[in-house]
Amino acid sequence: MSAETPVEVRGLVKRYDGLVAVDRVDLTVDPGDVFGYLGPNGAGKTTSLRMMLGLITPDEGTVRVFGRDPQASVDALEGVAGFVEAPRFYPYLNARTNLELCAALDGLGAGRREIDEVLDTVELRDRARDRVGGFSHGMRQRLGIAGALLRRPRLLVLDEPATGLDPGGMRDMRQLIRNLAATGMTVLLSSHLLAEVEELCNRVAIVRRGRVVYEGTLADLRATAGTRYRLRTTDDSRAQAVCQAQPGIESPTLTAGLGISFQAASERAVAELSMALTEAGALIIEMAATHASLEDLFFALTEGAAGEGAAGERATGGGPSTSDVAVAP
Amino acid sequence: MSVGTPTVYRWELRKLRSQKRTYLGLGAAAFVPIAFAIALAVQRGAPNDVAFGKYLHSTGLALPLVLLLFGAVWMFPLITALVAGDIVAAEDHNGTLKTILTRSTEREQIFAAKLMAAATYAIAAIALSGVTAIAAGSAVSGMHALTSLSGTHISVARGLLLVALSLVVYSVPILAFTAIGVLLSTVFRNSAAAVVGTLMSSLLLQLLTIIPGLSGLTPYLLSTQFNAWQGLLRQPIDWAPIVRAVWVCALYAVPAVIAALLVFLRRDVDGG
Repeated sequence: MSAETPVEVRGLVKRYDGLVAVDRVDLTVDPGDVFGYLGPNGAGKTTSLRMMLGLITPDEGTVRVFGRDPQASVDALEGVAGFVEAPRFYPYLNARTNLELCAALDGLGAGRREIDEVLDTVELRDRARDRVGGFSHGMRQRLGIAGALLRRPRLLVLDEPATGLDPGGMRDMRQLIRNLAATGMTVLLSSHLLAEVEELCNRVAIVRRGRVVYEGTLADLRATAGTRYRLRTTDDSRAQAVCQAQPGIESPTLTAGLGISFQAASERAVAELSMALTEAGALIIEMAATHASLEDLFFALTEGAAGEGAAGERATGGGPSTSDVAVAP
Repeated sequence: MSVGTPTVYRWELRKLRSQKRTYLGLGAAAFVPIAFAIALAVQRGAPNDVAFGKYLHSTGLALPLVLLLFGAVWMFPLITALVAGDIVAAEDHNGTLKTILTRSTEREQIFAAKLMAAATYAIAAIALSGVTAIAAGSAVSGMHALTSLSGTHISVARGLLLVALSLVVYSVPILAFTAIGVLLSTVFRNSAAAVVGTLMSSLLLQLLTIIPGLSGLTPYLLSTQFNAWQGLLRQPIDWAPIVRAVWVCALYAVPAVIAALLVFLRRDVDGG
């Protein structure tokens, strides 16, 4: 457990009334990472983040932030800031007073100047004197970031930061996160939006029903899927039979009107297939390589049969178990 | 990066100062004696069957004392519960508990600050009520000497001192109610339930006193301690009920505070 590692989670378990919300989660966030904690709603992302911030007690496992246990003392949160679910403030106090309260409880001596700075960063300076009770969802999200920045964090934890924002607000929020990451701040952000994570994060953990089913880079995940080929011929049912008999050609599937889709062990196998098809009298109209979309992979991991069957298996970038990941035809 | 509990306490007071609820409670504490004085001014009658009732028209010093008698059943417990029952539950309601617990303050500090803030408010409400009652009472009946429960004469100066001391003794059971209110606020996580629960506990304790066979319990009930101040208005002063009020109230308050603290320290903050 290194004091330099922003987040180190091992074997984390949290149960609610017999339901396992977080199931043996391991997670490592390295310095400078923009780490995406990705999964559908209800996958246990927020519960994990709450344990990392010491808000709830794990049933099993350990959490270390910069080498310290947030369950033991709030001192472990030194250098850590952020929010889980939506950031919450006192509705009857104005934005500035809410931030003053946060600063007072931080004990870092953040004064008027720092508060002005963070209000500028999130573009809320002109609303500083307004009660938070009248703020829109997007303004509260931004104020949440401002409150977090007051702690001068080395690790910023954000739970679904762009969720519920309008398209412009989403774009601004992502730009803000990119700017913060560019300063060298480590960011751990949860999201159910693949595109968001793809845009912002260098590493991801994909979680499904409380379990991490993939941890690594999105590029590695994409690479594990292999290339599929799309094939149309003058006689698709004969071509299907040829594909099934041809060495190096895997899982050919025939969809009426769309032709055949298959995976190949090598490009050589594809070239040989074209010969075999011609010999069999199924003349090629079209044969093209298609790349699996990240979205397909994500859905396969989080809701598809592979995810279901391999829930116990932990997929890692380039590891053997991801080769089971099927791409929906 | 440790933050002192006094800082947290000051911010708890600041929150109270920014909430309508606080002014509702303090407003009631000031309004009731004024309404009482107005009623006295417009009619000659007085509640002669309660202690000091028959002196209401002869001195303003009687009004705060009669108010303490009337206020014990529900008024002061309600005013106390209004804030004590809300002070933790409101953070649950607003979802702000996670906001303050992810700064640099330990849970113990937040709890201690909240308990002290609720107590500060309760004492302020009693003090405000007492001062208003003396002012309103003397506006209607003038500031004259008082007759003690032993029938002896009490000068105005000594009367004022004894009224002030009575308010102090009266705050002892009020602080016990504060502790109960904070406990219910912590456990229920719901402001309305905690306020009503605190008030109900006051009423139920009053009910116990009229159940036959339980009269032996009366000296040890929280509600009984609201009468302890009357010892001050005897000649010589009877300290026994006051001493008993202190330890009986501690018997209620200390376990309530410990239970509330343990719940607060261990609970999962998973709402909001």
